[in-house]
Amino acid sequence: MSGPIGKPTPYIDGVQKVTGKAMYTDDYRFPNMLYVGLLRSPHAHAHIKHIDTSAAETYPGVAAVTVGTDLPISFGILPISSDENAMAVEKVRYVGEIVAAVAAETMEAAQKGAEKIIVEYDPVRAFIDPGDSLEVCDPAEQIHSHTKGGKNIHKTAELRFNEPEKALEQSPFKRTGSFKFAGVTHAFTEPHSTIAIWNGDETLTVISATQVPHYLHRNLSKVLELPMHRVRVKKPALGGGFGGKSDPFAHEMITAYLSMKTKRPVKCTFSREEVFINNHGRHPTTIDMSVGCDQDGIITALDTDTIIDGGAYGSFGVVTSYYNGVLLQGPYKIDKLGFRTRRAYTNKPQCGAMRGHGAVNPRYAMEVILDMLAHDAGIDPCDLREKNFLEENTVTVGQLRITSNGVRDCLQAVRKKSDWDKLYGKQPYGRGLGIGCGFYISGSALPIIWNHYPQTVVHAKLDFDGRIVMFSGASDIGQGSDTMLTQIASEELGVPMNYVQLEVADTKTTPVDLGSYSSRVTFMVGNAAKMASEKLRNEMAKAIAKEKDVSTDDIVFRDNKIFTEDGAVDISWEDGVEAALAGRGAIVESGYYFSPKMGGDFKGSGAGLSPAYSFGAFISDVTVNPSTGSVKVEKIWAAHDCGKALNPLAVEGQIEGSIHMGLGQAISEDLRYVNGQIVNANFFDYRIPYSVDTPDMDVTIIESNDSEGPYGAKEAGEGPIHPVLPSIGNAIYDAVGIRMMELPITPDKVLAKIQEKG
Amino acid sequence: MEKVQLNVNGFPQVVLVGSHETILETLRNRLNLTGTKQCCDEGTCGSCTILMDGKPVLGCLTPTVRCVGKEIVTIEGVSSGDHLHPVQKQLVQNGGMQCGFCTPGVVMTAIPYLKENPDPSIDDIKEGLSGNLCRCTGYKKIIEAVKNAAEELNG
Ligand code: FES
Ligand code: FES
Repeated sequence: MSGPIGKPTPYIDGVQKVTGKAMYTDDYRFPNMLYVGLLRSPHAHAHIKHIDTSAAETYPGVAAVTVGTDLPISFGILPISSDENAMAVEKVRYVGEIVAAVAAETMEAAQKGAEKIIVEYDPVRAFIDPGDSLEVCDPAEQIHSHTKGGKNIHKTAELRFNEPEKALEQSPFKRTGSFKFAGVTHAFTEPHSTIAIWNGDETLTVISATQVPHYLHRNLSKVLELPMHRVRVKKPALGGGFGGKSDPFAHEMITAYLSMKTKRPVKCTFSREEVFINNHGRHPTTIDMSVGCDQDGIITALDTDTIIDGGAYGSFGVVTSYYNGVLLQGPYKIDKLGFRTRRAYTNKPQCGAMRGHGAVNPRYAMEVILDMLAHDAGIDPCDLREKNFLEENTVTVGQLRITSNGVRDCLQAVRKKSDWDKLYGKQPYGRGLGIGCGFYISGSALPIIWNHYPQTVVHAKLDFDGRIVMFSGASDIGQGSDTMLTQIASEELGVPMNYVQLEVADTKTTPVDLGSYSSRVTFMVGNAAKMASEKLRNEMAKAIAKEKDVSTDDIVFRDNKIFTEDGAVDISWEDGVEAALAGRGAIVESGYYFSPKMGGDFKGSGAGLSPAYSFGAFISDVTVNPSTGSVKVEKIWAAHDCGKALNPLAVEGQIEGSIHMGLGQAISEDLRYVNGQIVNANFFDYRIPYSVDTPDMDVTIIESNDSEGPYGAKEAGEGPIHPVLPSIGNAIYDAVGIRMMELPITPDKVLAKIQEKG
Repeated sequence: MEKVQLNVNGFPQVVLVGSHETILETLRNRLNLTGTKQCCDEGTCGSCTILMDGKPVLGCLTPTVRCVGKEIVTIEGVSSGDHLHPVQKQLVQNGGMQCGFCTPGVVMTAIPYLKENPDPSIDDIKEGLSGNLCRCTGYKKIIEAVKNAAEELNG
């Protein structure tokens, strides 16, 4: 690689960000702009008897008022659970659900105006505990009318391969664990924000803090009954997502509607408390999992039964339900495997996708049980894992196609670096090491909305000025996809990165990309960008070859020059551009990515399919204070197989950020509810690790060079979170001999376990 | 509403502000200095850090009327795009930012911190940044960037 691919590359928007010039949604202001004020429900579950908006309508500064019946068409990220409305219609389903909204001249007038709306409610039984939602209830108490069997179960996902329960019975070693996981939330730093502009040509522009401009585009069109060609969604700089900005949101629908209604620009930005209420975070989860192994430590079977607390609406919940099971098919070979996940509707803010979507909690359970089995069988936990790893180029029991696989190298790297063989099980009481492995999709092979289009298209344009403009719908949310696009064009065309400029994440000017979710961007957009750049290079080469009478294949693009090794061609980039554009003008080339066909033909076989999978192995070093119960993570050795690091600086950043987020869920983060109301909707009470809590991090990038990834690359944004939590849990066992079955692992729980053990 | 004279980034100007308004609101909404970010609005994240007479303060907890007669410096006043402060330069080069939303606050915390603590250890830097929430980076690269900036400033 002669260009920037594979080299640590600072972000192209880095200078904008450190100087405060990067423009996030709330930083935009438009002439004559109105502000949104929202009225939210004080009830967890209640019928709306009456809404009186008259006092709000006459409140000074209020330009428009709207209620649920104005926008009765439902929406949702998954067409199969399009169960949300912009504002509650007939019924509220959680404390904080939006019931009405106003647009006003100032933020203050908007808030005060919204408070003037009077709503009469008729409360019904609220379902707070997901266990209650699994029971048959009075139809009048059902949270949604479409749930089946008189229960509040949103989805039951179940797959069974080769009778795992039988194999478990016969296994020499078997462990069953009951695990409980608190809900956690993304807590990105930039609050949700959106601006809608109703244009003079009767089109709608929405600038929004979203990871999924394309799905927002589709849902806006649906809810507002506006043809798709009259909707434009733009994503400016975005202050973190982690899955929390990957749904179309109610406030986006409302803001757009108020702009259409008033024919003025309208802005809505959430307070931090509202961000917490909006949630869409990781589901609170209970897992009963059984795993068996034989005398040699070979896994015989796995069976798991899981309940996830979905909150009041669907979001990504159907996918989450499947991911809780299907993503247990790696990194170990398990031929007898079964799972059932039930997603309960409850009267709480909805849960959805969060970094490592659906696989983080079951991964904890499985890795902890493997640790138990290793001890039962008298095998070192690293050895036991090595015995069970999937090979590369294989297929799992549920027909997931595994291509490149660097998990063995990952494990060996951290095992060596941490001095595991010398230290494991041999340190003084209170200090311990723990291992955890990981496995994750590198992009979902199936689009959310079934269609015949590619998963992404990238255009590369070259004009007389010599700049290359890459047009891509990809959404940089801080993970560095803009830099990746620039690197690829620069690599392929042999020009410095500053010759490459971007038009991104604008559904009017950029071809469709499905969005920044499921760790799909580097793999899919990277491939499409590479194809577009290669085609552009070939077009140039053809023209130059013709003019200079050489073979196209001999022409090299490198170091801002275009040449042949024999010297027959030796021209500057600019001269090459002139030759290529002669007689035709600007060139636009298009690259695309289609996932290959794969998977089984049973119901649910599409879940977890990915063109490639990432792997990892982490070891944590912890100290546990037996008298206070406090856990300090001293160091984490992290090895992640991302195929090929296109930008090692960014890959390291993703791994380090995953460690931070995994650490938070492991030891402190817990979204708490009382009667369905979130009671810690702020950074004082919702405890995120800060700089002083940061452990030492030793990051190793393993490059397995995937045959279908761009330059061999796979994902790095989500996979690295999975091993973090169990490596901490298992290290606590090594330190003080207790098994932590409940997250977060707070000092009170640790103390109780230590005392229980005696 | 009150008329106040503010000195922001070396430029004195008269602004009409609400009596309970914070300097964060004034900067963003009245002066269009949007580099200073609002993340929590309750003193818990450091995104809104600005300098008042050279000392870091949280913009979301500082009433604008209290800024009268003080020298206020925001992220926009730290450097022009071409001449980055070493803290800024190192953050870019070390990958000390991802989404960048916490970054102006990190810069405005680290600059005065290094003035007071020119030769900090890694643990000192962690302590110095303990009020800044970064949800993206895991802090490692931010800490390294600040360490490198200290060396550059000393060198
Ligand atoms: S916005 Fe001021 S501390 Fe968070
Ligand atoms: S870089 Fe995103 S919060 Fe720090």
